[in-house]
Amino acid sequence: MLNVGKIEEGFVLDHIKAGYSLSVYEHLGLDKLDCTVAIIKNARSEKMGKKDILKVECDINMLNLDVLAYIDHNITVNVIKDGEIVDKRVLVLPRQIKNVIHCHNPRCITSIEQELPHIFYLADPEKKIYRCKYCEEKYTESAKKRF
Amino acid sequence: MRHLMSPLDFTTEELDQLFDLANDIEHNKGKYAHACDGKILATCFYEPSTRTRLSFESAMTRLGGRVIGFSDAASSSASKGESVSDTIRVISCYADICAMRHPKEGAPMVAMERSLIPVINAGDGGHQHPTQTLTDLLTIRSLKGTLGGFTIGLCGDLKFGRTVHSLIHALVRYDNIRFIFISPDELKVPDYITEMLKSKNIPYEEVMSLEDVMPRLDLLYMTRVQKERFFNEEDYIRLKDFYVLDMAKMTLAKPDMLVLHPLPRVNEISVEVDNDPRAAYFKQAQYGVYVRMALILTLLELV
Repeated sequence: MLNVGKIEEGFVLDHIKAGYSLSVYEHLGLDKLDCTVAIIKNARSEKMGKKDILKVECDINMLNLDVLAYIDHNITVNVIKDGEIVDKRVLVLPRQIKNVIHCHNPRCITSIEQELPHIFYLADPEKKIYRCKYCEEKYTESAKKRF
Repeated sequence: MRHLMSPLDFTTEELDQLFDLANDIEHNKGKYAHACDGKILATCFYEPSTRTRLSFESAMTRLGGRVIGFSDAASSSASKGESVSDTIRVISCYADICAMRHPKEGAPMVAMERSLIPVINAGDGGHQHPTQTLTDLLTIRSLKGTLGGFTIGLCGDLKFGRTVHSLIHALVRYDNIRFIFISPDELKVPDYITEMLKSKNIPYEEVMSLEDVMPRLDLLYMTRVQKERFFNEEDYIRLKDFYVLDMAKMTLAKPDMLVLHPLPRVNEISVEVDNDPRAAYFKQAQYGVYVRMALILTLLELV
């Protein structure tokens, strides 16, 4: 078993679906931050068989984790302070997501307007339905997979 | 600064004020003949439209203002690859208000986000057509005296028909409206609209037969099956004459039912229906000018 050391302050994102850690890394903008990140792929998991884990050493107020709820609400967010788990954060679906999924409606302005962000708003929190801000196209699972 | 992207941008109280103004313009045209002296309307039409563009131009001209613009993408800088964002920034320097039609859904919203002048969505793909909705609402209110308590049948292309989508969004805010959607399976109203109606507990039915529901309707809103919305010409040919309103069907209707149509019509309303007093679609075109005049005055804050 691979061992990765404890972090003093930051987050441990557990139960990430195996193979999705790099996607989560990108969505959280970790590539743009100067912080220590451990990416653990295909760790053994009793619950999932295989899972990914991300350990991020950073100020806990530095990251907006809302997007995780959209990517995979099963991810466990452990908040670490002074080397201990001080909180397990409940993921709440973000009201708006930007450049996480792309609108696939060929009639949408996002299909031709360069540099235009792909913004989806939460149209139905109960059913977890997102719609394109510009054309109101409904987000579908296939759009998520393509992403 | 206000824009118009969707009929929901105005509250029902604001719409009442707008329609009161439109009715005042209707009866006192001379009073408004110079209300927009020195003002310029830019009509940025990236796809062909005769009625909407001319209606806007007529509205601004009747208010004493001037009009600049283009009437298809080929004659605009879009043909050189300019973005909507850049175009509206430039147009903001030339005009005081802009009416934009674009084949891509959401294009006027992109313009609105970058604009320094009020932007009016004059139709974006199959998405929204709010000024047609204002026209429809003004026509109904003027001829029926109210905007609630009726059963409205919407017939034809309910999938791509943006006038239908906008009208439904606007009507759900009034009391006791019942919708009957009359269309072939291929052209049914999109799911986001039926979901919205369900969530608001607004009664609706989806049917295929126009004849069966005619006796129950207080209003019948006919639409054209639009060739330009189809990727496949075979589908268009198969569906274009699915519904034809003729005098035989009109005999099934209530004596005070109104027939509305955003125009242009092709075959979906027989010419013989034009002489029936219940045919309101040409009056609707006239109300379209009055409501656009009222809208221009309102967005330019001249009232």
